Amino acid sequence: MPSILVIAETRDGTVRPTTLEALGEARRLGETLGLPVHAALIGSGITALAADLPGTAKVFTVDEPALADYSSDSYAVVAGQIVAESGADLVLLAATARGRDLAGRLAALLGAGLAQDCTATAVVEGELCLIRPVLGGRLRERVVCTGSPRLVTLRPKAFAAGPAAPAGEAVKLPVALDPSGIKAAVRQFLPAAGSLDVAEADIVVSGGRGVGGPEGFALLEQLAQVLGGAVGASRAAVDSGWRPHTDQVGQTGKVVSPRLYIACGISGAMQHLAGIEGARCVVAINRDPQAAIMQRADYAIAGDLFQVVPALVEALK
Amino acid sequence: MDIVVLIKHVPDTGAVIRLTADSADIAREDLKMVLNPYDEYAVEEALLLRERHGGTVTAVTLGPEEAQEALRTALAMGADEAVHLIDAAFAGGDALATARALAAALRRIPHDVILCGKQAVDDEVGEVGAAVAQMLGIGQALGVIRLEVEGTAFTAERPVEGGTEVVTGSLPAVITCTKGLNEPRYASLPGLMKAKRKEITRLGAADLGLPADQVGRQGSRTRRLDLSYPPVHSAGKVVGTDAGACGELVRLLREEAKVL
Repeated sequence: MPSILVIAETRDGTVRPTTLEALGEARRLGETLGLPVHAALIGSGITALAADLPGTAKVFTVDEPALADYSSDSYAVVAGQIVAESGADLVLLAATARGRDLAGRLAALLGAGLAQDCTATAVVEGELCLIRPVLGGRLRERVVCTGSPRLVTLRPKAFAAGPAAPAGEAVKLPVALDPSGIKAAVRQFLPAAGSLDVAEADIVVSGGRGVGGPEGFALLEQLAQVLGGAVGASRAAVDSGWRPHTDQVGQTGKVVSPRLYIACGISGAMQHLAGIEGARCVVAINRDPQAAIMQRADYAIAGDLFQVVPALVEALK
Repeated sequence: MDIVVLIKHVPDTGAVIRLTADSADIAREDLKMVLNPYDEYAVEEALLLRERHGGTVTAVTLGPEEAQEALRTALAMGADEAVHLIDAAFAGGDALATARALAAALRRIPHDVILCGKQAVDDEVGEVGAAVAQMLGIGQALGVIRLEVEGTAFTAERPVEGGTEVVTGSLPAVITCTKGLNEPRYASLPGLMKAKRKEITRLGAADLGLPADQVGRQGSRTRRLDLSYPPVHSAGKVVGTDAGACGELVRLLREEAKVL
C-alpha cells in the first residue's frame, strides 16, 4: 500500500525539531491523500527515539554500530532499503544540511524526482504539487515529481509540527552493511562557540553597512541578548570583515525564517531579502526612508540606529 | 592530480528577472549571464589543489551554446581544459537527468577530485553534486568551507545548524563548495586571451552513449508546472523617526504582530 515516509534526523540522542515539522506536514498530507505515515530512524542507539515520532503508523529503525557516524553513502543505501520495505511512494525530509546531503544521493539511487527546499505543498486534482522559491526568492516555482517514489525536502521552519499523538510500532530492519565500504563520513561535530545559529533562532537582530564597523555590532548583540535571539549580518558587513560568514543572511548566506527579524543599517538588496523571505515580522531601523528594506519591513523606524537600538534595549527591559 | 570542476552558466543575481508570457520560464533576452557564483569557489579550489599537488584542472558544463562563456571564465581563471556537454537532447533536463549526463562524461575523464558549487543561484536545487557522487559510486562532502587533500584521502569542514561537521573520506569524491572556502581570483589579461583561443571539447548524448530517455525532459523525474511572482509585501508602518518611537514599536510588536 502506498505510504508517506519521513526520514528522521537525530542529534545527541534527540529527534531534530525540523523532523517534527516534516512529520507534521506528512500527517496533513496523509489525511488529504488518505495515506498512512511512517518514519525511518537510521543510526546507532536510536531505536528508543521511535517513541518521539507522533502520528506514525510504523517507525522503521536500522540501528547498527557501523551507522554511528553519519555517512551520506551508507545512509542512502539504508534509506533506499527502508523505502522499498515500507512501500513509500512519497518520502519527506527536512531541508537541513544533512537532509539535503542525503536527499540528493537518495534521489539518484532510486532514480526518483526530488523537489528540494519546498516552502508549501498543494494537492490539485489529487496530485501533489510542491512550491519552492527560485532565483533568490524573486520567483516561485510549482513542480511535480513524476514516477515513484517521489522525494521532497521541506524548508526548515516553513511548516508546523503536528499535534501530540501516539507513535507507531518500531519495526527493526536488519541491514547488511560493510563498514569498509563507507566512502565518506562525518567524524566530528564542532558546536559553534556559544552563539545561537541565525538559521535556527526565533529572533534575529541583523546589521549591515550602516553599522559602520565591528564595534557597532556590540549594540546589536545587546539587543539580541535582551530578546534571546541571534545576531546576523548582511553580505556588506561580512565582506568588510566585520562579522564571520556563518552569520551572513541572504541568497549567498543563510536563509532564515525567524518570527522576528530586526534589520539595522541594512539597505535591503534583493539578495538579502531573499534570505529573509520566511521571516514572519520584519522591523527595519535605517536612516534612509527610501531604503528598499523599508518596503519589505512590517514596521520601520527611519532613524539613527546608534540612537534607536539602545533605546529599544531599554524599552524591552 | 586530475581535478574536474562542474560549472553552470546562470543569470546574474543582480539581473532584473521577468517571466515569459506563459509563465513557463524566465525571459532570456538581454539577460546577463555569469559563471555561477558558488562555482567560482570550486574553480578557485581546483586551482589551489593544482598549485599544491600538480596535475590538471578540467572544467565541465552542460548547457546550450552560450554556456561556453562559463567555460571561458574558468579557463581565464586558470583551468587547463574545458568540456562542453551540448545536445538538443539535454534540453529541459532536471538535476537527475543532468547528473546522468555529467556522470557519463566523468567516466571518460580521469578524476581524483570533482568540485562544484553548492548550488546554482537560479534553480537553487543543489542536487547535481550528490547525484553525480551516487552515480559514480564515490563519496561526497557538500557545502564545504575547508578542504584538505592528502594522498587518496580528504578532510573537509562544512557548516551545519549550530556548528561545523568534519567529514573525512577517500578519493575520488565530489566536494561542493560554498562561501568561506577561498577567495576566487580574477581572470588575468593573459588568462582571458588564452581562454578565447582554447579549443573546447564538445560532447553530445551519442558520444556519451546516452539514450534519449535518460537525459533531457524524458530523463527527468520532476516537471515544472509554472513560475509565479511571490505575493508583494505591502509597505509597513513607519512608527517614527528617532529613539522616541521605541516604546510604540515594542507595543506594536507585542500587541499587534504578537511576536514578543
